[in-house]
Amino acid sequence: MQGRLPDIARLIVRSAFHAVPTILVILVANFFLLRLAPGDAADVIAAESGFATDEMMEGLRSRFGLDLPILEQLQNYLGHILRFDLGYSARFNTPVIDLILQRVPGTLILMLSAMAISLMIGIAVGTFQATFAGRWPDRVIAVVTQLFYSLPGFWIGLMLIVFFAVRLRWLPTGGSGPIGVELSGLSGLLIRLKYMVLPATSLALFYVAVYARLTRASVIEAKAQDYVRTARAKGLSQFKVMTGHVLRNALLPVTTLAGIHLGGLLGGAVVIETVYAWPGLGRLAYEAVMARDFSVLLGVLLLSSIVVIAVNLLVDVIQAFIDPRIELK
Amino acid sequence: MKPAVEKILDVRDLSIGLKSFRPVQNLSFSVRRGETLALVGESGSGKSLTALALMRLLPEVARIAGGSATFMDRDLASLSEAEMRKVRGSDIGMIFQEPMTSLNPVLTVGRQISEVLRIHEGLDRRLAMARSVELLDLVRIPEPQRRVHEYPHQLSGGMRQRVMIAMAVACSPKLLIADEPTTALDVTIQAQVLELIDNLCRDLSMAVILITHDLGVVGQWADRVVVMYAGRKVEEADPETLFSRPLHPYTRGLLGASPRMAAGISYRDQALVEIPGSIASATMATGCRFAPRCDLAEPSCLAADPDLLEPAAGHRVACPIVVRRGA
Repeated sequence: MQGRLPDIARLIVRSAFHAVPTILVILVANFFLLRLAPGDAADVIAAESGFATDEMMEGLRSRFGLDLPILEQLQNYLGHILRFDLGYSARFNTPVIDLILQRVPGTLILMLSAMAISLMIGIAVGTFQATFAGRWPDRVIAVVTQLFYSLPGFWIGLMLIVFFAVRLRWLPTGGSGPIGVELSGLSGLLIRLKYMVLPATSLALFYVAVYARLTRASVIEAKAQDYVRTARAKGLSQFKVMTGHVLRNALLPVTTLAGIHLGGLLGGAVVIETVYAWPGLGRLAYEAVMARDFSVLLGVLLLSSIVVIAVNLLVDVIQAFIDPRIELK
Repeated sequence: MKPAVEKILDVRDLSIGLKSFRPVQNLSFSVRRGETLALVGESGSGKSLTALALMRLLPEVARIAGGSATFMDRDLASLSEAEMRKVRGSDIGMIFQEPMTSLNPVLTVGRQISEVLRIHEGLDRRLAMARSVELLDLVRIPEPQRRVHEYPHQLSGGMRQRVMIAMAVACSPKLLIADEPTTALDVTIQAQVLELIDNLCRDLSMAVILITHDLGVVGQWADRVVVMYAGRKVEEADPETLFSRPLHPYTRGLLGASPRMAAGISYRDQALVEIPGSIASATMATGCRFAPRCDLAEPSCLAADPDLLEPAAGHRVACPIVVRRGA
C-alpha cells in the first residue's frame, strides 16, 4: 500500500494537466450553446420592469458587454477566467464568485448527505436482499426499490412534502432553516437537520434503489466465489465472511458507480432544490438560465466540471487503495 | 509406512442428497492417524462432495441425507454450526482445486493466513503476522518477509497453492483434506506441491485425504486408496495391491485406460483400453451402478446393491462376481 503513494501523487499531477483542456472545451462549448437560447439578460430585465426604451436596452447591453461581437465576448470571458475572475452577474449585481461561494455549502451538504444516505441504506438493503435472494423478503423489497427507481424525484419530493410537512406537520416544507432565528449549538444543528431530511431523502431515494440493486447482484455473485468457500473452510463466522470477504469484493463496483453519480447528483439537485426552495447551486443555475445571466451559469458549469473531474480522480485513488489489482497508470 | 491403528476419521454409510437423487450413497471409509488416504474416481463420482460434506460446506442444494462421520469422537454430520466452525481450519484444514480463485484477491496473503490464527488461536495482529511469515517459510516460499505483504495476483499458481497449504496447516490440524490440489498446476509444480504436503503430513503428524483422479499421484503418495464410482465405494486397497491385483471391473478399466511407465504400460506399445459408456448411465435405483458399462455384468447385478466383500486382508471390493470367479 505504502509503495503506491508516489504513483498516486503522479496520477494527481497528470490528471490536473489533463483537466485543463477538458475544462476549456466545456467552457467554450457552453459559451456558444447558451447563446443559442433566445434573448439575453437585457431582454429579461427589460421584460421584468415592464417598460424599456431602445436607449435603455443599449445601455444595459454595453454595461454587460453584450453588444460586442461574440468572439470578442468569449475572448474577454476567457481572459477573466485566466485571472480567476468569474465575472459579474447582471441579474444579482454581484460578482459571480460571491454568488457561487454563498451557494456551494448548501449544495455540498445536500449532495453529500444524499450520497451518504443512499450508500448506507442501499448497501444494507442490497446485502439483506442477497441474503434472502429469491425468497419473499427479497421480492417485496425488489418491488419497493423498483418504485423508487422509476418515480421522478420531483414527484417523490412533492408527495413527501404533502405527507410529512402538510398532513403530519412533522417537518418543514422547504428552505434551509427558520427565518430570523440565530442557530447555534446542538439544538441549532438538530433544527438544520430537520430542514434537510426531506430534500436529502428525495434526492437519495433513486440512488438507494440503484445501490440496493447493484449491491444485491454483486453480493450474490461474490458469495459464489471460491475464496468465500475458502474463508468458510477457515472457520470464519457467516458475519465475518460477509463483511471481510464478500462485501470487501462486492462493493468495488458500487464505489465506481457512486463516483460517477456524485457528478449526476449535482444535476438532480437542481430539481430537488427548486421543489424545496433549498438555497443551493442547482437553484442558482436554474435562476441564471431563466434570467439569461450567462456569466453566473458559466461559473456554475465551470465549478461543476471541476468538481466532477476532482471526484473522478478521487474515485480512481480510492479504487486503487481498495483493489490492489488496479494498476495506477 | 507402518500401520497405525487409531482411526481419526470414521465415515459410516454417508449419503448426500440433492433434490431428486443421491450423488453419494452409503459411503464408508476411515482414515488412520498420520496416513494418506486417496479418494479416486472420475468427475461426477462424488469425491469432492464427500470432502465438502466432511467440512459441512455443501452447496445449499445439497445436504447430508444419512450416515455419520466420526472425527475424534464427534460426529461431524450432527455438530451444530458453531461447533463446526471451531473444527474448520483448526482440526481439519482444507485445500481446494483452484489456487487462482481460492484466495481473496483484495487481501494480502499475510492477512488471509493471519485470519485463521486470530480466530482459532487468539493471536493478536502482530503475532499472527509473524507466525504467517514462519508458515510461508514452512511451505518453502522464498523471501517470506516480503511475500507476506503481497496480494494473490502477484504470486504464481504454485505459490498460491503453497499459500493455501500454509493457511490450511496454520493451526496444525489433525486432518488435511486436499481436493485435487494439483489439477490446476503444471507437472513439475505438481510434484513439488505433493512432496510438500507429504512432508508436512509427516512433520505435523496429520492425516491427509487426497482427492484426485490422477492414478500416478495415487501410486506415489497414498498409503491407501478408495476407488469411487457414482457415489459408491467400489474398491479399497493399498496402492501396491490395487495396481498389481485390481479386482473391480471399473478399477481394471481405469488402470487399463491410463499409461503407466513403471508398469510398462505405454500408449506406444498398445492401444489404451477404454471403458465403454459414461458415468451418466449410473442412474438406476438399485443394483451395481457400474453394471451398464461392465462386461462381466449378470442379471443379478441389477437386482440388489453389491455387498462390500473382503477377499484378502485390507482389500475390499464391491463386486461379488469377481470374488466368486477369483475364488
